[in-house]
Amino acid sequence: MTDTPAALLRAEDLAHIGKASQPQREIVNRRDIRKYAIATNQRQQRYINGDVAPPLFHVALFWPVVELDELTPDGVAIDRFVPTFPLTRAMAGGLHIEYHQPIKPGDELLAVRTLTNVYEKAGRSGALIFYEVVLAVTAASGVPVVTETTTRILR
Amino acid sequence: MSTVESLDVGALLPSRQHTPDNAELFFYNAALWNAHRIHYDLPYATKEEGYDGLVIAGPMIGDWMTQVVDDWLQNQPEADTLMLAELDYSNRIAAFIGETLTSGGIVTEVTRSADADKIHIDLFVKNERDEIITPGKAVVLWSHGTVAK
Repeated sequence: MTDTPAALLRAEDLAHIGKASQPQREIVNRRDIRKYAIATNQRQQRYINGDVAPPLFHVALFWPVVELDELTPDGVAIDRFVPTFPLTRAMAGGLHIEYHQPIKPGDELLAVRTLTNVYEKAGRSGALIFYEVVLAVTAASGVPVVTETTTRILR
Repeated sequence: MSTVESLDVGALLPSRQHTPDNAELFFYNAALWNAHRIHYDLPYATKEEGYDGLVIAGPMIGDWMTQVVDDWLQNQPEADTLMLAELDYSNRIAAFIGETLTSGGIVTEVTRSADADKIHIDLFVKNERDEIITPGKAVVLWSHGTVAK
């Protein structure tokens, strides 16, 4: 794949770069850690006991708690954060996660999603749109806890 | 200098097998609040979406890969000075209830610095056809002091 001059993406699509969500505030509790640890078949007792969260617990903690009427017929929540782009069919994307601090019961955490990049590349079977969303999880004090960058590909 | 051979380049991280069933997949999606039908509605997954079965959730597979590194770290004599600092993964091929998946990894590079060494690891989750369905990478920070746990 090679970089090409913008053909699909319009100025209005690129104008979304930098858009940030309202902070999502969650209090970590032992029961939620335990459920996550059991569901993911963890072997370390500190996770099963809920003393500290496994490394991908933030995925569950900040999954949107949507209401029933917000679900589409396939059971997926309508994502109002990511704008509608000229391509809509999602392909496999990737995640990059940086860890700063462990997550423990009683922690008050904030998460902000930011659309950090939108770009396109020429693929073998046509143009592809890439976008990046950063989920920045911080303590209430602002100290970084987990920073997750998701890259999604649309065709 | 590495004091333990298992932290050197070429060291294999212990493999593990996962054969999730419906209850395990249900628990996972319940823990997230994820109602995507491909994970529990077999007629929908197969007839509407064209999958071969109930789809194992992508981040659940990512978690199993994370455990390869995390469990390996906990079993090192230097566990108190080791911290998972970075993780990358990408779900490339779908997997279904009934399959047995194998996770594992290998140390590819160790970079030294004054404060901390970095251990670079390649990770994978494979299916029974030996296809890597989820490739990944991890960076472990080997601090020259104690890290927060």
